[in-house]
Amino acid sequence: MKSDGRFLGLLSTIIMLLFAAACIIPFILLISASLTDQNAIVAHGYSFIPQKFSTDAYVYLFDRGSDILRAYGVTVFVTVFGTVVGVIITTLIAYPLSRSETPYRGLFIFIILFTMLFNGGLVPSYLVYTQLFDLKNTIWALIVPGILTNGYYMMMMRTFFQSTVPPALIESAQLDGASEYRTLWSIVLPISKPILAAIGMFTAIYYWNDWQNGMVYITKPELFSIQNLLNRIMQDIQFITTNLSSNSSQAMAQMPSDSVKMAMAVIGALPILIAYPFFQKYFIKGIVIGAVKG
Amino acid sequence: MEPAASAAAIQTAPKVKKKKINIRKHAPLLIMMIPGLLYLFFNNYLPMLGIVIAFKDINFAKGILHSDWIGFDNFEYLFKTSDAFIITRNTILYNLFFIVVGTVLALGTAILLNEVKNKVMLKSFQAIITMPHLISMVIVSYLVYALLSAETGFINNTVLPWFGIEDGIMWYSEAKYWPVILSLVHFWKSVGYSSIVFFAALLGIDEEYYEAARLDGANRWKQITNITLPIMIPIIILMTMLSIGRIFYSDFGLFYQVPMASGALFETTETIDTYVFKGLMGSGDLGMSTAAGVYQSIVGFFLVILANYTVRRYSKDNALF
Repeated sequence: MKSDGRFLGLLSTIIMLLFAAACIIPFILLISASLTDQNAIVAHGYSFIPQKFSTDAYVYLFDRGSDILRAYGVTVFVTVFGTVVGVIITTLIAYPLSRSETPYRGLFIFIILFTMLFNGGLVPSYLVYTQLFDLKNTIWALIVPGILTNGYYMMMMRTFFQSTVPPALIESAQLDGASEYRTLWSIVLPISKPILAAIGMFTAIYYWNDWQNGMVYITKPELFSIQNLLNRIMQDIQFITTNLSSNSSQAMAQMPSDSVKMAMAVIGALPILIAYPFFQKYFIKGIVIGAVKG
Repeated sequence: MEPAASAAAIQTAPKVKKKKINIRKHAPLLIMMIPGLLYLFFNNYLPMLGIVIAFKDINFAKGILHSDWIGFDNFEYLFKTSDAFIITRNTILYNLFFIVVGTVLALGTAILLNEVKNKVMLKSFQAIITMPHLISMVIVSYLVYALLSAETGFINNTVLPWFGIEDGIMWYSEAKYWPVILSLVHFWKSVGYSSIVFFAALLGIDEEYYEAARLDGANRWKQITNITLPIMIPIIILMTMLSIGRIFYSDFGLFYQVPMASGALFETTETIDTYVFKGLMGSGDLGMSTAAGVYQSIVGFFLVILANYTVRRYSKDNALF
C-alpha cells in the first residue's frame, strides 16, 4: 500500500517536471535567439545555445529605445488607470446588488446578466466608439472598451460581498449613523480585500496583454502599447527604422533583424516574467476565487 | 471558468418583494450604480442596436444611418460562399476538441498535482504551469515563430534534420498542420490554468473517504478511480456545459495572432471572430463580416440559453440565471 503511493508520487513528480519544462523551454529559445549573432541565425536558425553569442540586437534596440520606452509608458498608464477605474466601478455596482434593500435589484441584475448572454459584436462597438465618441487614436480607446472587462467580475464580487459580509455588520454600522458610502468604505471593503485583489489583478493582466483595442482603434505610432509595437514589428521589421531614425537606410543595412525580433519579444515579456514570482501566489488564489463560487 | 463563480448568489436574490420599496431612503445605493449602468448602456446595449447595420449596404461616405437598407443580402452573400461553412466548422470543431481534451488534460494534471506531496515542489509546479496563461498572445506568436519560421525556425533547422528531413516545411503556408499546432498552443497556454480549478476542488474532498478506502485495502489508483473521479463529475459537467454555451466564440488571439493572419491558412485557422475582425480591418468584406457577427451573436445567444437550461436542470445553484 505504501509503496504504490510512493510510486504514484514519483511518477506524478516526473510528469509534472516534464510539463513544467514544456512551459519554460519556449522562453529559453526566445532568450537564446535574441542573444545570437545575426549571421549565425541566418546559417543555423534559432537555437537553444547561441552558435555565436552577440548582444547586437539589444544594442540596436537600446539605440532606438525611445519608442519602446514610450510604448511602455502607454501600457503602464493604460494598465494602472484602467484597473483602478475598473475596480472602482465594479465595486460600486456590485455592492448595491449584494444588498437586499436595493430597490429594483432584480432588474439591475438582469441588465448585467443580459450583457453576458448577448452582444452586438465587434463592428457595432467600433462604430459606437469611433462615430459617437470619436475615441479613435486617443489613449482612451485603449482604456474604455475594457473597463468592466465582463459581467462576471461584477457578479463574482457581488457573490463575495453576500457570502462574506454579514448583513448585521452593515446594519449596526448604519445604526451608528454611517452613510452608505462610509459603510462601504470602512466596513465592507476592508474585509473584501481578496476579491478586490483578484479582480484588480485579472483586470491589470487584461490591460497589460491587450493588443486588440490598439489594433482596432490606434493607427498613430505614438500611442502604440508594447503589445501593438510587437505586433507591428513582426509585421514589418523596418517599422522602427523608417519611423524613428533619421538615417534610416544606413540603419536598416546594419539591422540584425532576426535577433531583433526575438529581443523585442523578450523585452515585451520580461516585466511579467520578472514580476510573476512575486505575485504568483495571488494569481493562483485569484484563479480559485474566480472559479469556486463565492 | 468564470460563470461558475457568479452562479450561486443569483438565485438567493430577489425575495424581498414584501418590503415596501423605498427609493428615497436607498437613493445612495442607486446613485452608486450610475457609472456602471451608464457604461453598460454605451458599451453593451447601444452596440446591440448596431446589429441593424448587417441589413445595410454600409457606405461610410453616406454615414451608417443613411446607408441603404438591403435586407438579408449580406447574409445571402455570406452563406453562398464557402466562408460561412468554413468559419462555423472551424469555430465549433476547435472548441469541441479543446473542451474534451482540455478537460481531460486539466483534470489529469490536477490529479497528478494532488499526488505531489513535497510542498515546495507543488507550489513551484503550480506557479510554472500557470505562467503561460499570463503571456499575451502576441508574445506567444513570437515563441511559435521562433520554432516554426521557415528560414530561421528551430524545427526546420534543428529538429527536422535529425530525422533526415533537410528541406524544411513551410509551416506558415501549409494549412494541414495548423489544427495540431493551434491545439498544442492552446493546451500549452490553458491546461495549467484550468487544472488549478480542479485542483482546488480536489483539495475540498473529505480525507475520510480516502481513509475508509485505505482501510478496505484500496490502493492509490483505486482511490482515484472510485472516489476522486465520481466526486469530480458534477464540476466537470458544469464546466463543460458552460464552455459549450460559448462554443460559437473562439479564442480570438489564438486564431489571429499565432497563424500571423496568413491567408494561406484560411481553411484551418479562420474562425468567426477572426473573420469579423478582418472584415472590420479592411482585409475582408465588411458587409459579410458584419452579417457573420450577427449570426454569431444570435446563435451564441441561443446556445448559452440552452447550456444554462441544461445546467439548471442538473443543479440549480450553478446555473447562470
